[in-house]
Amino acid sequence: MATVSTDPTNSRATLSGVPVKPVYCEDDLADWDPETQLGRPGQFPYTRGIHESMYRGRLWTMRQFAGFGRPCDTNRRFHFLLEQGQTGLSTAFDLPTLMGIDSDDPRSLGEVGRLGVAVDTVDDLFALFDGIDLTQVSVSMTINAPAIVVMAFYLSAARQRECDWRKLRGTIQNDILKEFHAQNEYVFPPEPSVGLVVDLIEFCSQHVPQWNTVSISGYHIREAGSTAAQELAFTLADGEHYVQQCLKLGLDIDSFAPRLSFFFNAHNDLFEEVAKYRAARRLWANRMRDRYGAKTEASCKLRFHAQTAGCSLQAVQPEINLVRVGYQALAAALGGCQSLHTNSMDETFALPSEHAATLALRTQQVLASETGVTNTADPLGGSYFVESLTQQMVSAAEDYFDKIEEQGGMIPAVNNGFFRREIAESAFAYQQAIDSGANVVVGVNAFQSSTEPEIALMQFDESTESAQIANLQRVKAARSDQDVARSLTRLKRAAKARQNVMPALLQCADDRVTVQECMDAMAEVYGRFRSDANW
Amino acid sequence: MTLAPSGSQRPDIRSTSPKRILLAKVGLDGHDRGVKVVARGLRDAGFHVIYSGLWQSIDAVAEAAQDEDVDWLGVSILNGAHMTLVPALLQELHRRDLDHIGVIVGGILPQQDQQKLIDLGARGCFGPGTSIETIVQFLS
Repeated sequence: MATVSTDPTNSRATLSGVPVKPVYCEDDLADWDPETQLGRPGQFPYTRGIHESMYRGRLWTMRQFAGFGRPCDTNRRFHFLLEQGQTGLSTAFDLPTLMGIDSDDPRSLGEVGRLGVAVDTVDDLFALFDGIDLTQVSVSMTINAPAIVVMAFYLSAARQRECDWRKLRGTIQNDILKEFHAQNEYVFPPEPSVGLVVDLIEFCSQHVPQWNTVSISGYHIREAGSTAAQELAFTLADGEHYVQQCLKLGLDIDSFAPRLSFFFNAHNDLFEEVAKYRAARRLWANRMRDRYGAKTEASCKLRFHAQTAGCSLQAVQPEINLVRVGYQALAAALGGCQSLHTNSMDETFALPSEHAATLALRTQQVLASETGVTNTADPLGGSYFVESLTQQMVSAAEDYFDKIEEQGGMIPAVNNGFFRREIAESAFAYQQAIDSGANVVVGVNAFQSSTEPEIALMQFDESTESAQIANLQRVKAARSDQDVARSLTRLKRAAKARQNVMPALLQCADDRVTVQECMDAMAEVYGRFRSDANW
Repeated sequence: MTLAPSGSQRPDIRSTSPKRILLAKVGLDGHDRGVKVVARGLRDAGFHVIYSGLWQSIDAVAEAAQDEDVDWLGVSILNGAHMTLVPALLQELHRRDLDHIGVIVGGILPQQDQQKLIDLGARGCFGPGTSIETIVQFLS
């Protein structure tokens, strides 16, 4: 059984294996130039945060991820969370929706509404946001392969509710590259998939100007087992690939870059996580300005949402997870996040119960209002240790950028399995460190308790699937088959011609074409992708 | 085909060969960190490991278990659909007369569901935080 070493000569490292010295001094920052590498909060390269006053001026958005059952079920949870003081909505979709499959398809058996809300047609988007003023609340939607389809449904629903698209605020994840690295919810091959990401960026930069068109996500890369440095490097490399593709299309960098956002994990190693966020801002700002010619400050400022690490939560003594989440949230706040989700203690068993979700939100509220962490911008700035670690994170990421370039860039590196191999190696090393006791996990390999508290879990309503399918069948019966066929033909034509498919998808939404019908039509043109089962 | 002479002991050619295990992902769930880590851990412990890759149907998994003549079948499910998928898999194995294959389940599994799965015929359930060693010991 592992114990915590108190031997001062014992070698220590960050969670990702970066060696940590017993103390850091001026010497550790000998090559460090605070002028160009640090700056002040709100000033290039934004290492210290993107706003001068940070949380004094504007607190992070408390955006708890929620979604289950039918759209009416999730709508009730949304209203509950808003009543509890949550300040933004974040939508989790079920696996069939994430894979672009309708609720009535045999592959959806047992999964409809299970891990998120089921969405088949535009009518489900109406029900999902019923009674919520979309011009007042910002809405996040976590979906990738079918992101552009769901965004079309959202915009169609908003238009039918007479909401001005220019007033809509929110984020769609729309980050397909990390699906190929880690999360595995891809449908089409990498190149046409990135084409759809770019279509959405282009359309929104013209018509939905306040919308964050992509949330470039390291979260899932980390959850799949990467180190902090890999999370940082792969995420920024993904972001750069989208930028490059938009530029190839002839878009002006400053027309779309300000609406790119990021999504990082908040893991256990407090200082390493803070260094990761600070390094991310610095690297992005420099690359946007120097490589891509960004002219506005907004294009260079890396804004990010953080979520505490789901993979760090344990099934034993689940209440300890509350404490883990609290410290992880502290890292995100010290690192200057713009938006935060704190996980619920029961997530190693089921979707969050209302009680556990409330405690997770309260964790953020205590952090924001009781700890004083919001009183000053970048409170760890200038720390010998944190600045050294930030430097190390920057150079580790740059090494990875070089490795990706050596392989011919992002798409060749995806296709040859580079990212998956790197992540699998780290995941295995992480598990070995826990199994050997080198990494202590309280309750698991140290400080075990003999008693296990019972916690009440959310129960899934087994009638969800049949009710959702019945609803879909009603919608299908009421729509015009002729309109559906015409819209799908138009969609395929746009896809073949490599035109922006968004206008065709908006017509599909209006005509009650389903998510799967849209995805299958595009798959006829783009093909489908399967990665090998290497481990 | 020749029959072994009566009275003589047929040599068990499998007794010295490594235990064979098929690790499978069923349904639409793409979380494969755990299953890949377990695959490597079991390989290092001397098992012959076959991994199915993502998005397998119940039928395909049962067929692969049959074709590969495995001793164990481990299914990894993190999407909460285990109470639909595991009973269906056990039934399919039974239909194919493969009840000798021990089924173990890994993933996000509430305690009461673990008991139900065992009652239905699964041999073991392993949630988050399980060490590789625990799984190796169980299978050995």
